[in-house]
Amino acid sequence: MSLVVQNLRTLLNTTAGAVRAVDGIDFELRKGECFALVGESGSGKSMTALSLMRLLPEAGRIASGRVALDGIDLLALPEAAMRAVRGRRVAMVFQEPSTALNPVLTVGRQIVEVIERHTKTSKSPAREKAIELLRAVGIQDAERRFEEYPFQLSGGLKQRAMIAAALAVDPEVLIADEPTTALDVTIQAQILELLARLQAERGMALLLITHDLGIVAKMAHRIAVMYAGEIVELAERDAFLRAPQHPYSQKLFAALPTPQRRARELAVIRGQVPALTKKFDYCRFADRCDYVFDRCRVEAPRLLEPAPGHFARCHLRERGVAPPRSATGGAGEGAVRQEGSAGVVLEAKNLKVHFPIRKGIFRRTVGYVRAVDGVSLELREGRTLALVGESGSGKTTAGKAILQLIPPTEGSVRFQSEELTRLSRRELRPRRGAMQIVFQDPYASLNPRLRVAEILLEGMRSLGVGASDAERTERLRQLLAEVGLPADSLERYPHEFSGGQRQRIAIARALAVNPKLIVCDEPTSALDVSVQAQILNLLRALQERLGIAYLFITHNIAVVDYLAHEVAVMYQGKIVERGKVDEVLRHPQHPYTKQLLAAVPTID
Amino acid sequence: MTPVVLATDALLWLLVAAVVVYALYCRRRPHLAAPWKRVFQSKAALVSAVVLGCYLVIGLADSLHYRSAGSVEVQSLLDRMLSVLRQKGEKTYSAPLGTRLYAKEQIETPDGKHVRDYPRLRHGGTHLEDERQRATDILVRGAAGLAAAAVLWALLYFASRSLARRYPYVPWRAAWMTAAVILALAGPIASLAPHYHVLGTNQVGQDVLYLALKSIRTSLAIGTLTTLVLLPLGIALGVMAGYFKGWIDDAIQYLYTTLNSIPGVLLIAAAVLMMQVVIDRHPEWFPTAAQRADFRLLVLCAILGLTSWTGLARLLRGETLKLSQLEYIQAAHAFGVSDARVLGRHILPNVAHIVIIAMVMDFSGLVLAEAVLSYVGVGVDPATTSFGTMINSARLEMGREPIVWWSLAAAFAFMFVLVLAANLLADAVRDGFDPRVSVGGALAV
Repeated sequence: MSLVVQNLRTLLNTTAGAVRAVDGIDFELRKGECFALVGESGSGKSMTALSLMRLLPEAGRIASGRVALDGIDLLALPEAAMRAVRGRRVAMVFQEPSTALNPVLTVGRQIVEVIERHTKTSKSPAREKAIELLRAVGIQDAERRFEEYPFQLSGGLKQRAMIAAALAVDPEVLIADEPTTALDVTIQAQILELLARLQAERGMALLLITHDLGIVAKMAHRIAVMYAGEIVELAERDAFLRAPQHPYSQKLFAALPTPQRRARELAVIRGQVPALTKKFDYCRFADRCDYVFDRCRVEAPRLLEPAPGHFARCHLRERGVAPPRSATGGAGEGAVRQEGSAGVVLEAKNLKVHFPIRKGIFRRTVGYVRAVDGVSLELREGRTLALVGESGSGKTTAGKAILQLIPPTEGSVRFQSEELTRLSRRELRPRRGAMQIVFQDPYASLNPRLRVAEILLEGMRSLGVGASDAERTERLRQLLAEVGLPADSLERYPHEFSGGQRQRIAIARALAVNPKLIVCDEPTSALDVSVQAQILNLLRALQERLGIAYLFITHNIAVVDYLAHEVAVMYQGKIVERGKVDEVLRHPQHPYTKQLLAAVPTID
Repeated sequence: MTPVVLATDALLWLLVAAVVVYALYCRRRPHLAAPWKRVFQSKAALVSAVVLGCYLVIGLADSLHYRSAGSVEVQSLLDRMLSVLRQKGEKTYSAPLGTRLYAKEQIETPDGKHVRDYPRLRHGGTHLEDERQRATDILVRGAAGLAAAAVLWALLYFASRSLARRYPYVPWRAAWMTAAVILALAGPIASLAPHYHVLGTNQVGQDVLYLALKSIRTSLAIGTLTTLVLLPLGIALGVMAGYFKGWIDDAIQYLYTTLNSIPGVLLIAAAVLMMQVVIDRHPEWFPTAAQRADFRLLVLCAILGLTSWTGLARLLRGETLKLSQLEYIQAAHAFGVSDARVLGRHILPNVAHIVIIAMVMDFSGLVLAEAVLSYVGVGVDPATTSFGTMINSARLEMGREPIVWWSLAAAFAFMFVLVLAANLLADAVRDGFDPRVSVGGALAV
């Protein structure tokens, strides 16, 4: 079995014109191998997967190319014949398990459906087979789960059920499109392990689409890096991890936050992915590349082979192989952090947030959800405390309760040695400026109907920062420079900015009122690695310059290791471990912390 | 001649002014202009807009009232333009383009004999010396009207060409075609109307075409003025329920659930009948009959508004619940921004598209509701012409032998075109404003 993709081009019709989402890619997927397609958002990796399955959205169409499965061109098949291939020979697992299963059918029914569609199996053997599959994907108590509906299953179980359905008729190729992005890191580790085991057992070919280099390092046999609709590098895993040959791949590694890079700037990729509406007759990475030279702007590079089996689309590789990346670089001086005796800005003691569960017409309280159940922490001036935990651990609720955005049920929050929990809304108002928040989703955190100037002025006006709008606007111009936005941004609307730029606006909005503490609620988890590096650099620079304390809420251990001074691990509403970053991350004491750290996929 | 400003006139013109202001406001804001631009890229929307525009012109011409010196009767600009129709009353029914009444009478022939026959009309077709010339006369006049319409259309076409060059994305061909159809109908009618009753006459001999044209204002008033009551209630209660949650939400929800469970017609009938008693007790409030009828129309709008805000409130409550969880609202809370400002700056602008869609979609429903209520007898004042009262009188006409169909047909045709155009426009507006429907499927890669 082999799946050969040749010169695949996929176009998407948009209002801006036809976007070349996939612009001529070639690769081969061999039996029994895991081939990873890596790239940032907009690189065309998901469109590639959908093109292979011929499941493109209405606006998309395949312009040219060949997808040969054992010599049969899938793109030339009539739709009816293609339907027999989908699921039977090529199956797919999607990113979001909660929407990929039909909520009104039982899990078992959905797997049996696949079996019945593709094989002449009668009802009861199909049922037997489905239960067997559920067991094979590691679902305990498979008979009971067979009868259950998707809402009764957790995210991880749903993804397992999805995988079971995909594997129902032993497909030769499994396409997994970001199969673990929506899952917690411990669940992610289990799912990845499951995929690796099933692939080895069944000898399937696995096309793994991901943006996470850690997952690639753990799973892939061969890797292709996609950028702006093209494959820019293709190599065996070890060769790729040792010495990436394309400047873009090199940058991706350099942008990863690691403890060795603490107190140093992370590498960033300047500029943005070019608009894919035009035809490229030059290198599409040229505008963002550090090694750019004249030829890059006039001639599109071919896919060269600097080392056997290692391909890269870069003119530089004509001069030979790039040196291995300086992976660890030794624990630099940055790793040591000076112990300050700075004053305590924030102190939370035994903080609890319980949400009442109400029932009946009189809304009687019948119980409580203990979202935050006794959290104590301490944060000093100009330092970063990372609050780590998985989804549902209550870390975001804790952050909002500290800012009094959600009223705490119990406990105390002292900010600049002042008790906040007893203050009324009116009394809190003058203190709001000193404590601010930056949110996760750069698209939901800015009002789309307001211009950037209005967004930034709102808080200053409300808190009386600056005497007049003229004075405030003057301050805004400085702020924009500080967070690295062009000066003409003030008159524009949020939709004109990219995700990273929007996050800069959100940071500027918080900075506008001169805060002493910023609660950063997963500020980089919706961003690509290279953009994440920019935001982390910005946050670190601001802290050094302005002495702001960060309460950094995240699930990303690498970011914690890079940015934080201290760390608190949250689990089920409680803090299970607290301490200096190096102590907690190198020598975890609590079993949950150990489990969490073991689950993080790492490159080295 | 003294101008008379009826309450509904003032409000209608105020609404027109508000729409103009809104349009100017949108022009400068790309995020507001873009959906409207999408709306007018649709052919159906443009055709509907042209049709509705014609209705609007007629309705507004009927909303400029005055009183001639020495007369107690209040007239509108439209009445004056159509005085040729208004003053040519017959005795009773006559068929469209007829020359004789639709009922037999004793008539005295020139030679002194009494026969029972259909008498000649007092106005319709009196210029004909011989009734046998009627067909040719109609054809000639119709053709002349058509020719005039063609000239008018050509003028319009050349006048709007520069506009078409400025807004090339609008499907102007559709607009010109619609204008051509409308003119092709209006031209012959206009040239025939001074000499015939184009759509016949009703029981008391009034010209049906005139009645139908007069009904347009009533429909527009009901369809638009009701929103003046409906919108503030629906928006305020819906947004408050969704934003404040807790007991405020409970109270508002109970209120609209209760209101919804009372049959609408019953509630409206009770309110209208009560208002009628008040109006009858205080004749001194209304110097003229026109003002009294107008007051009743206004009250009907208010009552319809008071009983139909629940749907909008429910929609807005849901949307606000969703919005208030968004991070920019929480960011505003983190700045200590007051609730009133959060509602005004963050929530309202972001639910505005729902309000616009609901308003356009409600319009046709309200026009139909008026017809039903007037038919039942709890609608507008019997002195006000409306599609409902026309249909109400058709109840007797359809039972008559031979039947009189033109009143009902005219009311039906005029109302059908109005409601159809409004519905098509509403669909286009919904598509234009709905973020999930995007032209050409602008998807993220």
